[in-house]
Amino acid sequence: MQCPKCRGNMRTYERNGVHIDQCDGCRGIFLDYGELETLTRMESQWSQQHAAPPPPPPPPAHGAPGWGAPAPHYGGHYGHHRQRSWVGMLFST
Amino acid sequence: MSESDDLIGELGRIGLRYGDAPPEVLPTRPDVIIVRAGSVVVKAHAPGAAGEPLALRMRAARHPALRGILLEPVTEEVMEVHGRLVTVWPTGVPVDHDAPQAAPWEAGARLLARMHAVPPDALPPLPASGGPPRVEQVVARLRGDSAAERVVRRAFDCLPGLGGEPGQTLAPGQAPASGDGRRLLAHGDWHMGQMVRHRGEWILIDADDMGVGDPAWDLARPAAWFAAGLLEPEAWHRFLGAYRAEGGCAVPPDGDPWERLEVPAQALTVQLAAAAVATAARQERELDEVETMLIDTCHRIVKFRSACHSVATQ
Repeated sequence: MQCPKCRGNMRTYERNGVHIDQCDGCRGIFLDYGELETLTRMESQWSQQHAAPPPPPPPPAHGAPGWGAPAPHYGGHYGHHRQRSWVGMLFST
Repeated sequence: MSESDDLIGELGRIGLRYGDAPPEVLPTRPDVIIVRAGSVVVKAHAPGAAGEPLALRMRAARHPALRGILLEPVTEEVMEVHGRLVTVWPTGVPVDHDAPQAAPWEAGARLLARMHAVPPDALPPLPASGGPPRVEQVVARLRGDSAAERVVRRAFDCLPGLGGEPGQTLAPGQAPASGDGRRLLAHGDWHMGQMVRHRGEWILIDADDMGVGDPAWDLARPAAWFAAGLLEPEAWHRFLGAYRAEGGCAVPPDGDPWERLEVPAQALTVQLAAAAVATAARQERELDEVETMLIDTCHRIVKFRSACHSVATQ
């Protein structure tokens, strides 16, 4: 096969199931249909395994009851009154 | 001198008999009076408290099986002063109301787990633990017909074994069994005010509702606060995790705790909402943000239990 750019001779390699044609002259690479996608997929698999930590496990399904408050907002940004009312309840029968 | 001055004076004299410093009145809930005399506090229990169950609970509170779990009274004796039952306890340091974010959730959970592990047979006989009867009392006290009161009553009517039809049928004064049918030792009224630091360790106080029943009710308040969106999930999970790590038997050791917690937590939500409505009415004001969150949770309980027949027809 001839290089479409410089007309040099192209050599075929196979790496992990991907056919790569490389020109001996200009070192250009030719990929068959679908092979670019295959390479991209393999690259992302590799980086998931080696670079990123595994995603944290999802919270258990039984973390909150079905009748619990939807997406509640917690934190130290409560108004003074709300905080006082909540603390009163925390400590009383 | 008013009747309450007479009572406080007498509590002070009792305090001086057991204690070691001039008596002073400590702030507490309105129906209880606590006078401190140095290393002891003298407690006048709420008017109308029954003497016999309290005497049983005082005996149990002195038992060695509860050392390090429940504060041991100075004396087992239940005195009667101006018509009020009076007991004497060591002084402890309560949880700091000004630093609720530092509340000792894990310590409380571990103490409850240890209390639930004490076999009732190891103690002198005890009455039923508190919990379900108080829910009924607080709801029964609602007199008005506001939207908030209606939803509290509807949620109460949904509760299995309480307002609703299904569930365990309880004789008066009987406490529910735990989820697996056992009747275990329970504190009966646990919240952050029910712990003090004594000799450097946290310990449970207040035996007034201690007894035999379903220990899941002791986790019901924090569970209800969490479900209402009031208690941060992080604090709730620390509490639940510490309870499980200590071998607490009110919930399964892993998996879904809500199978056991659901009914008690819903019942406590209804109780807290009913109490909030009553307080707001007494103070002639609208419900505040926290109280409204409890009413909203009652709404969700009604929706969640929409299969409850008594709701659809009312």
